[in-house]
Amino acid sequence: MKYLTEYRNGALASKMADRIKAICTKPARFMEICGTHTVAIFKHGIREVLPDHIDLVSGPGCPVCVTATRDIDKAIKLARIPDVIVTTFGDMVRVPGSESSLQREKGRGADVRMVYSTMDALEIARQNPEKKVVFLGVGFETTAPTIAAAVVAAEAEGMENFSVLSSHKLLPPAMDALLSGGELDVSGFMCPGHVSTIIGTTAYEAVASQYHTPCVVMGFEPLDILQGIYMLVSQMEAGEARVEIQYRRAVAPEGNLNALKTMGRVFEPCDAPWRGLGVIPKSGLALRQAYGPLDAEALFDLDVPDFPEPPGCKCGDILRGVKTPTDCKLFRIVCTPENPVGPCMVSSEGTCAAYYKYSR
Amino acid sequence: MCVAAPMKVIEIEGDTVRAELGGITKEARLDIVDERPELGDYVIIHAGFALHRIDPEEARATLELWKEMGAIDEVPD
Repeated sequence: MKYLTEYRNGALASKMADRIKAICTKPARFMEICGTHTVAIFKHGIREVLPDHIDLVSGPGCPVCVTATRDIDKAIKLARIPDVIVTTFGDMVRVPGSESSLQREKGRGADVRMVYSTMDALEIARQNPEKKVVFLGVGFETTAPTIAAAVVAAEAEGMENFSVLSSHKLLPPAMDALLSGGELDVSGFMCPGHVSTIIGTTAYEAVASQYHTPCVVMGFEPLDILQGIYMLVSQMEAGEARVEIQYRRAVAPEGNLNALKTMGRVFEPCDAPWRGLGVIPKSGLALRQAYGPLDAEALFDLDVPDFPEPPGCKCGDILRGVKTPTDCKLFRIVCTPENPVGPCMVSSEGTCAAYYKYSR
Repeated sequence: MCVAAPMKVIEIEGDTVRAELGGITKEARLDIVDERPELGDYVIIHAGFALHRIDPEEARATLELWKEMGAIDEVPD
């Protein structure tokens, strides 16, 4: 398969790993901030081929995992309103809120439907003119433009029964928040490939220079990841902190201007709550006022109380990269993919779910 | 959630393409793509939308670099 298999050769990956070993003279700790990287690193056994003094740690790269309990509770409140159809991406349905989940609400008779694309949600709205169809907008910069495109399409079509509840998040402000807290000690960031397809590399410049932390945007195949780590180690060994692109076949420095334009037309940055990280300024996306008729937040009363995290759950610390799943007493004993306590075990891209599946 | 895959464009109709990867086909809209693809191009598809037309030159450049680094023996066509 073109653009996949040639980047995937296992035997050749060990040659790349040897080159990393040859240049890495001091301990290094790199953070990946993309759930797809978390899974790829496990799946391809990247940790096993790296020297022992290179440590890879997961950050807040799973959009489902960083969604605050309060935002899940809002979605649950929506699902309980008669005549509302809640549409969303699959993983969101199982995430526990403070006292229920969308899946449980569905079992009780709520109309909750999983879709592959926002366009499917629009189609559901067209077929159910007597219902109000709400799409739960969750995801980083990769996903937000696809939701923006649906909002533009719904407006152009004059649809009156479609709206979006936006919990979208932006990654660069979270990277800044992690480093400014002073709690996290990393030698470099493995920057997300497909988020950067949209935003390009400008947003990482401030992180690289302000905190003297190398940033490399990398792809998801084994050789992509190993080359990306090689680039991070090279910068670290030279005492540099720049933004580089390994994933050049998919990422241009300026990003995808067309997608950014659509995203900017529909959304504006807002302060947003992250699970484990608290409220981060300008790290979320809210619908602009002009799109009020398509904003579920404006259309429905979604006021819900704040709620503490489940007792013992370490998802917050894991999302900040200060603990790993094996540090959590609930991991594998009480908290499993069948019976998840925290969101990192729910999403297939969550750090706990990846540890559960791939590490013994 | 940001999972996206390169797929080959096998049909274009208006603002929608049909693309294929390993026998699986998917429809994707072109509303937010950075560069409109032509038949036979590869695009990165995410949640029903094409995000990016893969630049064959850049894809090849990465493979050439790996060959130089000794990680691969041949650059495939």
